[in-house]
Amino acid sequence: MATDAPLLELTDVRKHYAVSGGPLGLKTVGAVRAVDGLSFSVRAGETLSIVGESGCGKTTTARLILKLEEPTAGAISFEGRRLDTLDAAGLRHFRGSVQAVFQDPWSSLNPRMTVGRIIAEPMIVQARLSRQDRQDRVAELMTQVGLRREQAELYPHQFSGGQRQRIAIARALSVDPKLIVLDEPVSALDVSIRAQILNLLKDLQDRLGLSYVMIAHHLATVRHMSHHVAVMYLGQLVEIAPGRELFRRPLHPYTQALYSAALSTHVGRPLSEPALKGEIPSPLNPPSGCRFHPRCPHALAECSASEPALVEIEPGRRVQDCSCVRRLISAAAK
Amino acid sequence: MSSAPVLKVEGLVTELRSGGGSVRAVDDVSFEINAGETLGLVGESGSGKSMTCLSILRLIPSSVGRVTGGRVVLEGTDLMTLDEAQMRHHRGRRISIILQDPMTSLNPVLRIGDQVGEAIKLYRGLEGPALRDAIVDGLRAMRIPAPEQRVSAYPHELSGGMRQRVGAAIAMAGPPAVLIADEPTTALDATVQSQLLALLKDVQRETGLAILFVTHDFGIVATICDRVAVMYAGRIVELAPVAELFANPRHPYTEALLRSVPDLDVDVERLYSIEGQPPALDDLPAGCSFAPRCAYARDVCRERGPPRIEAGPLHHASCWKLAGYGD
Ligand SMILES: Nc1ncnc2c1ncn2[C@@H]1O[C@H](COP(=O)(O)OP(=O)(O)OP(=O)(O)O)[C@@H](O)[C@H]1O
Ligand SMILES: Nc1ncnc2c1ncn2[C@@H]1O[C@H](COP(=O)(O)OP(=O)(O)O)[C@@H](O)[C@H]1O
Ligand code: SF4
Ligand SMILES: [Mg+2]
Ligand SMILES: [Mg+2]
Repeated sequence: MATDAPLLELTDVRKHYAVSGGPLGLKTVGAVRAVDGLSFSVRAGETLSIVGESGCGKTTTARLILKLEEPTAGAISFEGRRLDTLDAAGLRHFRGSVQAVFQDPWSSLNPRMTVGRIIAEPMIVQARLSRQDRQDRVAELMTQVGLRREQAELYPHQFSGGQRQRIAIARALSVDPKLIVLDEPVSALDVSIRAQILNLLKDLQDRLGLSYVMIAHHLATVRHMSHHVAVMYLGQLVEIAPGRELFRRPLHPYTQALYSAALSTHVGRPLSEPALKGEIPSPLNPPSGCRFHPRCPHALAECSASEPALVEIEPGRRVQDCSCVRRLISAAAK
Repeated sequence: MSSAPVLKVEGLVTELRSGGGSVRAVDDVSFEINAGETLGLVGESGSGKSMTCLSILRLIPSSVGRVTGGRVVLEGTDLMTLDEAQMRHHRGRRISIILQDPMTSLNPVLRIGDQVGEAIKLYRGLEGPALRDAIVDGLRAMRIPAPEQRVSAYPHELSGGMRQRVGAAIAMAGPPAVLIADEPTTALDATVQSQLLALLKDVQRETGLAILFVTHDFGIVATICDRVAVMYAGRIVELAPVAELFANPRHPYTEALLRSVPDLDVDVERLYSIEGQPPALDDLPAGCSFAPRCAYARDVCRERGPPRIEAGPLHHASCWKLAGYGD
């Protein structure tokens, strides 16, 4: 169902947070470069997943897309309109079109509101529908996500984690969004509940033509859910590709490390310890050149000298253009 | 590698205070672990994995509950018969634990060298320069870079992966015969996780350590465990060698769970899913705890607890279906 014009487009987006220090903490001593030059797009009906290790900037990216934060530089467009130039009506349309479901189903729902009210909230904010129509819509949404309509009178603490995530999904759906940002939607759930929620998300996408930006750690889940996968390292994309291509042939050394660290559920596959040195450096002082070079098993002297650009090597596939990736590609071509 | 079990748990029962009464968080749990072997303990949150670990170590606070039945035999000694002073002699020295969040087991105001040193001094009686060397060796054995410098670091100065290595250095100070690892990598990133798993496997190869590895990740199970116990609502519902469990799961819960986990190399259109949710311990159904969610449940399952069936060498499962529903 994907059309060619992107629904969401990020162009060289940056988000830097000032870090204060010095006596009394009054001096700005540096900046955390949480997101540092991201460009990608998402089309209607598609899922783009973002993977990468803790602190690489995934949640910050999600918050920027949701316009909960303003980028330090760069542009984010939704349906071709830049978010920083939206007027009040444009902003209202945007808020109705883009919704979010966060990781923690325990803290993301207001404990003092009934579930019916929680689900209706975005419609109230958007001043959509009459009171009675809203109630009908809540009942319809609850059925859609596998809850019973009578449960609308209950409070969040009366539900299990999986049910709360269904509530969050119903709430996100209430205003007929085009895009839902999912920040680790199943990480906090039990194994036997995860498949329920993932199936629900896929069904809704098929039925409603939704787009998802999903943040997730579990690579097998990512592969199952995504059309495209973006791999982030220290605020930047190192590789972005159609999901199957990425997993069939990870090109960037960091993608390879992530892939080899992902444990298959096939017995007897040896534990392949990624040949990485050390741990992720601080985004306060990212390494020069290729940000991955201090940990990269293939790093050469030149890797610390210049920052590699993200280049398109196949349609829909971009990878940071470092010497070892070039070597890999030319070796594969032979 | 001897084949006599170093740790033998028999009929362990742990009851927790709940409201006015009590609930069974661990209900008739039995297993053995041999030297050099890794037994995986999998199950959903609240199924009783951590309570099993704490019960074995006799670390359940009396305000929470207590072990009310069973034996825990470590190298021939039943830990449940020891007094607290004798128990302290074994705990840490011959059987030790690493936890999910090393911050809870490390002291935030003590340098890591002193914390590792405390354990080595207590278990091995070393002092002075010999102790200092042993601390650095212990950190180095856990592949902590520049251990000579790191001894003076505080826990908050280390990354999660490094803190977990310090936790492992303390746990290995004894050195123990049995290591209980309660989701030690759950809070870690993927690349850091596989580094820690590889480290534990290397230590095991060198020392013949027996490991009880608690996780809910079947990827970890498939990669590092020799045998697996599957826990549901306080009971072990199936136990089998790892290859056997993946190829031939016999308990309906195990089977459903394995089918619901996406695999990195296999495409499926739709994941299999288990409807419903795990039961609350204070509201367990009569009969089989899995019955409300089980596709194979029949009347007998809702009435009486299922029998344990030997499904093959070293493989058993507790289920009425396997017993022909009692006919
Ligand atoms: N409000 C803020 N002020 C200062 N630094 C911040 C702020 N929010 C995020 N950061 C920093 O920005 C970086 C990226 O954070 P972010 O939350 O986006 O990571 P993430 O990829 O979502 O990680 P995780 O996998 O742990 O959720 C981190 O170094 C984080 O500490
Ligand atoms: N400190 C505690 N006090 C009271 N009940 C607890 C405590 N810790 C765990 N429980 C209960 O014991 C049961 C088993 O928990 P636990 O062993 O922690 O499960 P798992 O480790 O498998 O997630 C659960 O019902 C849980 O709520
Ligand atoms: S005993 Fe019955 S309900 Fe329980 S797992 Fe077996 S078939 Fe299912
Ligand atoms: Mg995050
Ligand atoms: Mg636990």
